[in-house]
Amino acid sequence: MPAVQETIDRVAAIDVDKYKYGFVTDIESEKAPKGLNEEVIAFISAKKGEPQWMLDWRLEAYRRWLTLEEPDWSTVSYPKIDYNDLYYYAAPKVKDAPNSLDEVDPELLRTYEKLGIPLKEQEILAGVRKQGEPSELDEAGESNPYGRVAVDAVFDSVSVVTTFKDELAKAGVIFCSISEAIREHPELVKQYLGTVVPTSDNFFATLNSAVFTDGSFVYVPPGVRCPMELSTYFRINEQNTGQFERTLIIADKGSYVSYLEGCTAPQRDENQLHAAVVELIALDDAEIKYSTVQNWYPGDAEGKGGIYNFVTKRGDCRGKRSKISWTQVETGSAITWKYPSCILRGEESRGEFYSIAISNGHQQIDSGTKMIHLGKNTSSRIISKGIAAGQSLNTYRGLVRANPRAKNARNFTQCDSLLIGDKCAAVTIPYVESRTGTAQFEHEATTSKISDDQLFYCRARGIGEEEAVALIVNGFVRDVIQQLPMEFAVEAQKLIGVSLEGSVG
Amino acid sequence: MLAIENLHASVEDGEGTREILKGLDLEIWPGEVHAIMGPNGAGKSTLGNIIAGKDGYEVTEGSVKFLEEDLLEMEPEERAAAGIFLAFQYPVEVPGVATMTFLKTALNAQREARGEKALSTPEFMKAVKGAADKLGVKQEMLRRPINVGFSGGEKKRNEIMQMALLEPKLCVLDETDSGLDIDALRIVSEGVNSLRSPERSFLVITHYQRLLDYIEPDFVHVLAGGKIVRSGGPELAKELEARGYAEFLEAA
Repeated sequence: MPAVQETIDRVAAIDVDKYKYGFVTDIESEKAPKGLNEEVIAFISAKKGEPQWMLDWRLEAYRRWLTLEEPDWSTVSYPKIDYNDLYYYAAPKVKDAPNSLDEVDPELLRTYEKLGIPLKEQEILAGVRKQGEPSELDEAGESNPYGRVAVDAVFDSVSVVTTFKDELAKAGVIFCSISEAIREHPELVKQYLGTVVPTSDNFFATLNSAVFTDGSFVYVPPGVRCPMELSTYFRINEQNTGQFERTLIIADKGSYVSYLEGCTAPQRDENQLHAAVVELIALDDAEIKYSTVQNWYPGDAEGKGGIYNFVTKRGDCRGKRSKISWTQVETGSAITWKYPSCILRGEESRGEFYSIAISNGHQQIDSGTKMIHLGKNTSSRIISKGIAAGQSLNTYRGLVRANPRAKNARNFTQCDSLLIGDKCAAVTIPYVESRTGTAQFEHEATTSKISDDQLFYCRARGIGEEEAVALIVNGFVRDVIQQLPMEFAVEAQKLIGVSLEGSVG
Repeated sequence: MLAIENLHASVEDGEGTREILKGLDLEIWPGEVHAIMGPNGAGKSTLGNIIAGKDGYEVTEGSVKFLEEDLLEMEPEERAAAGIFLAFQYPVEVPGVATMTFLKTALNAQREARGEKALSTPEFMKAVKGAADKLGVKQEMLRRPINVGFSGGEKKRNEIMQMALLEPKLCVLDETDSGLDIDALRIVSEGVNSLRSPERSFLVITHYQRLLDYIEPDFVHVLAGGKIVRSGGPELAKELEARGYAEFLEAA
């Protein structure tokens, strides 16, 4: 998992064992009955201790959702989801979870091993055990100090969280769960929640608005440069990621924040459908950098049991000269359906989208971005690298639009696809709409295959076939990898190699 | 070191199966430099590719032994780790992969395959600097993606630099002189000559004699019609330069 070196050092500096308070709330073991109705939503809201306005907001979203049709315009296909056959509020991973690693898909375990994940961490990722629960492996004297630090200490030690919180508080940065924010900072939540992705936005976002159970909240005050990279990693109770996450990040005037989401280790989850919403708001001269490494369980060899990842991510460059940058490495999930987008409202604001989307086996990806130019002199840049292997389908779908008032809007788009083998497919669907004569949009697209000559050249130098594929692919995605924070970049490169194993030969 | 016996090999192309090597014999001992000369289409590059393990050729008869091992049973990367190096006629571009990264990956993969410890970054930097200096390769070139946008001379120099770094036992040079001007030819040849040693052998594949002015061979073989039709000392190369391949084409 991507514990940055800084974190590991910091954690190591603290005597972790001294702080073994049972601070991780024992999450309620009860769950809401199956299905979705107003009572279930009221139950969720009550469990979260929310004020009335929040419940009203949820209910309004729910009533709207009832009138919406599930969209079917993407290239992905999946069996029809029965929304009344899902649990919307449940204690995480207690029932039906594997009892030990012996019951977990051996392929998944092999991958963990390749990524160098300690056994105890594997248990958590595979859903055998929750954070903070004792492991049977404790007895065996399995010792990996970094494993402990990365998981148990960071998540379970109140001291560490406090250390980070102290430092953030000194800077005036608010970083907490969305539920906590609703209780502690209602004025901010009220002001910004749903202003980028309104409750009426789309089927999945509307569903999320009605039933979201957790997520992150960040507020960076004016002129503050957030002193560290924020990561879901540091948030307590993270084990309860839930299927409907809601994240809201606000960078006030002149501030800067970098946020990391996800994890390079494949995570298994009981919840097959994930429909998160992420809203970013950058005011005048503010900058938000949002990086994702998504490696949810893609399913077994036949693609069974994999996660459906239907996410709405959108950033609003609300202020002048503001900037929002999305960087994503998508390797997991059975189906990925997401378009992190930027609304370039403020004059001279800038949006960026850097993406690596890898599909192997039976995975399906339909991903891309939208850059909506509203303000004068706005600019955007899209670099998308799609890699398809196995029998997968990899679609880039993007929209660049300039409205009449977006004078001198500029966009540069580069979409490259790389095919490995002859059973996969890559599709590029760019939409470009310019309603002003002064816009300048450039689009470049390439599709290539890893050539036999390239592979032979590497192998003739002693590099094995799989390593050669990883090397060539890492070369192909280099422009995007460079956008990731350093620690993430190293892990992402490793992950790319692992994701493509078995894709040749 | 290398023993090729009665090698027959064919390729599959649009028009069916075509036999390219038709009973080739060749023996190379440690420290020897052999030159293979011959007209276009004689099977020179096929020989180099089969030694290195490229796909697409079917060996129908005969054997290739390298250090007593059956070479034909080994994967290309295993051959490289065992000490075979092919300097490509057309080095391949790998976009986005810095030359330095490529070299480090290759060197450490070979070391790992041989059960040796991977080089640390400082150790590797030292090794690569030594090899680069020898071939006049600048640091700036090591940071560029391998072979991408390199001139013909830079590509060939890069090949020989890799050879210097990887320290193979048998070096196969496939038309290394093609596309080189006289200055580049001299630099490349000097690089090759500096690697000559009693333990290291060379197989120099070339169409022209001029490379052999710089890299003096111990033996010269004429490959025509899929077989070695004549062998001799360095003087044979001079004779070919004067008289051409015509008589061998007829003979084949």
